[in-house]
Amino acid sequence: MNNRIGKRTWQFSAPAIIASYATTAGIKENEGPLGGHFDFIFPDNLFDEASWEKAEQKLQQYALEIALEKRGVESDTIDCLLGGDLLNQIVATSFTARWAGTPYFGLYGACSTLAEGLLLAGTLLSGGFAQRTAVCTSSHHDTAERQLRFPTEMGVQRAMTAQWTVTGSGAYLLEKGQGNIGVTCGVCGKIIDNGTKNNMDMGTAMASAAVDTICAYLDDCHDLASLDYIVTGDLGHIGWEICQKMLLQRGYDVKNKLLDCGMLIYDKKQDTHAGGSGCGCSATVLGAHFLPQLTEGKLKKILLVGTGALLSPTSTQQGESIPCIAHGVVIEQLH
Amino acid sequence: MNFINQKNKLLEREKALANLKTMDQAAINQMIATLKKEHQALAYQEASEKNNDRQKNWHQLLKQNENQMSLLNQYAAVQYQRLVKSTAPKVPVLANTLRAFAVGGGICVLGQLVINYWILQGIEVKTAAGFASVTIVVLTGLLTGLGIYDEIGRFGGAGSMVPISGFANSVVSAALEFKREGMVYGIGAKIFTVAGPVILYGILASVVIGLIKFIMM
Amino acid sequence: MLNGLIQAFLVGGLICVIAQLVIDLTPFSVTPAHVLVSYVVMGAVLSGLGLYQPLVDFAGAGATIPLSGFGHTLMQGTIEAMTEKGLAGVFSGGLAASALGITVALMMGFTMAVLFNPKG
Repeated sequence: MNNRIGKRTWQFSAPAIIASYATTAGIKENEGPLGGHFDFIFPDNLFDEASWEKAEQKLQQYALEIALEKRGVESDTIDCLLGGDLLNQIVATSFTARWAGTPYFGLYGACSTLAEGLLLAGTLLSGGFAQRTAVCTSSHHDTAERQLRFPTEMGVQRAMTAQWTVTGSGAYLLEKGQGNIGVTCGVCGKIIDNGTKNNMDMGTAMASAAVDTICAYLDDCHDLASLDYIVTGDLGHIGWEICQKMLLQRGYDVKNKLLDCGMLIYDKKQDTHAGGSGCGCSATVLGAHFLPQLTEGKLKKILLVGTGALLSPTSTQQGESIPCIAHGVVIEQLH
Repeated sequence: MNFINQKNKLLEREKALANLKTMDQAAINQMIATLKKEHQALAYQEASEKNNDRQKNWHQLLKQNENQMSLLNQYAAVQYQRLVKSTAPKVPVLANTLRAFAVGGGICVLGQLVINYWILQGIEVKTAAGFASVTIVVLTGLLTGLGIYDEIGRFGGAGSMVPISGFANSVVSAALEFKREGMVYGIGAKIFTVAGPVILYGILASVVIGLIKFIMM
Repeated sequence: MLNGLIQAFLVGGLICVIAQLVIDLTPFSVTPAHVLVSYVVMGAVLSGLGLYQPLVDFAGAGATIPLSGFGHTLMQGTIEAMTEKGLAGVFSGGLAASALGITVALMMGFTMAVLFNPKG
């Protein structure tokens, strides 16, 4: 049985049905263009917890619990939980998995983790290893700042190329069977390193990886016309522009079809500079913006390309450039 | 695998790399593929070599291979930077400069007011300057604890970073931020994240210059 | 009470502007730690060459409040102790002269960390 289209696209034997999903987000996200579309808003960055890391874990757990409750099932019906976040050793997700008590794969794909999780969840379902899988990812602005950049109370001017880590989480239940929307195929990304070293300019670093994955998909499937949108994870305003330019050079004119979650989640007035980023960026925008439209039939088919910068503070300090990845999944309306 | 052959291959490529700019993308990709293939063969050769000296020779070839690869990567990085140059956002240099000037100058004026006050009280200038620094450190500490100084920093940029208030802010913000990791590894260790380098290199510079002056004395 | 304010404003502001221009116009990602360390070292070097004291005489707080003034304090402490105690002074003078600033900053850091929580 050949489950490939062309060179790099994985085709699932049956669509992985997105049976239920939920998003949680912070105040700043709710004040943005997608305000009111999240399932739950955390009123502050601590949410009665003792630390931001614990609050981030709750963001994720809430998303998963709400998704489960929407579906009317409990966590022990999940055959495999896949997820990740930006914290060292992805602890937010591991503690969520501790709560869920399900078989679990922790993933690290930085901000591409959601797409990575959806692709792998689809593979598990397609291979018959699971009937129901859950994918959840999260990020929290303050945990990311203190871990990757500066203490939050330090008076630092943010670079114009810098992006704002989204406080938010999304959980997705994928199942075998019949349903309205589902993941039908996807592309596993390659590490692409274009030599960018500035860790305050992720969009420039990640654009090449997004281009590689989008081209791999389009070269295999030739269905640009039937795609409503190509949605990148968190390239931000700068990366989006570069991505569009590079795709044009490769012969794909995606001018009105290329959207970016990092650009959709915040308003320009919110002073985030280049846009949003983080594992929670594509996780919240997919659930709050695109899936409802797919469910209602306003959209038929999108290609979600989660983009991740797989650097660490150590690698940056040692002068390494930024290795980036982008995973693509196609989400379709099935009827 | 023949050592001389491999060495010649690398030397030949060295010459080709000198004309990197005239090569087209296909040729570069071909070269990268060859380098990768060669690297794994060399690594295998080095690993299976029992003679220590010969192992070192093979290792040198391996390093040369890696250097050539990183040359190609650097070239690609430069090309990419050229491509993305036009998309780089404009930094508001003039506005940033004016704000840095105003905030930095303002903090110094505050310091001068404190100095003037203590001089009027009959304290000598040098001690008064010390008092001014302390006043600003304490004020900054409070503003940092209250979560206000980061906003000043966002506005003032270097204007709030360079004065001693920037030093105080980095000490207090680091201690504050890591209190949840405990008294020793949290506050105790992280309080020196910025203070440590500043004190170390300040002392280093003054001791080195002091020693030079001592010898010349 | 008001004398020297203009000099302090102009010189202090200019010293800060230099750092802002380096941050904005050079391709290096300059962090606060880099800026502070450079200023302390630069202050110490200028002070050692005898160039910083005239600036302090002219601008007062405009030269002592920027972190280059901290380097100046370290250097002057080292030189003074050296003339008093010789070689031992080279090693003890700097910290002794700057102890006030360092100690107060550390005490503030600890106290604030105990009293407040980071707001994010």
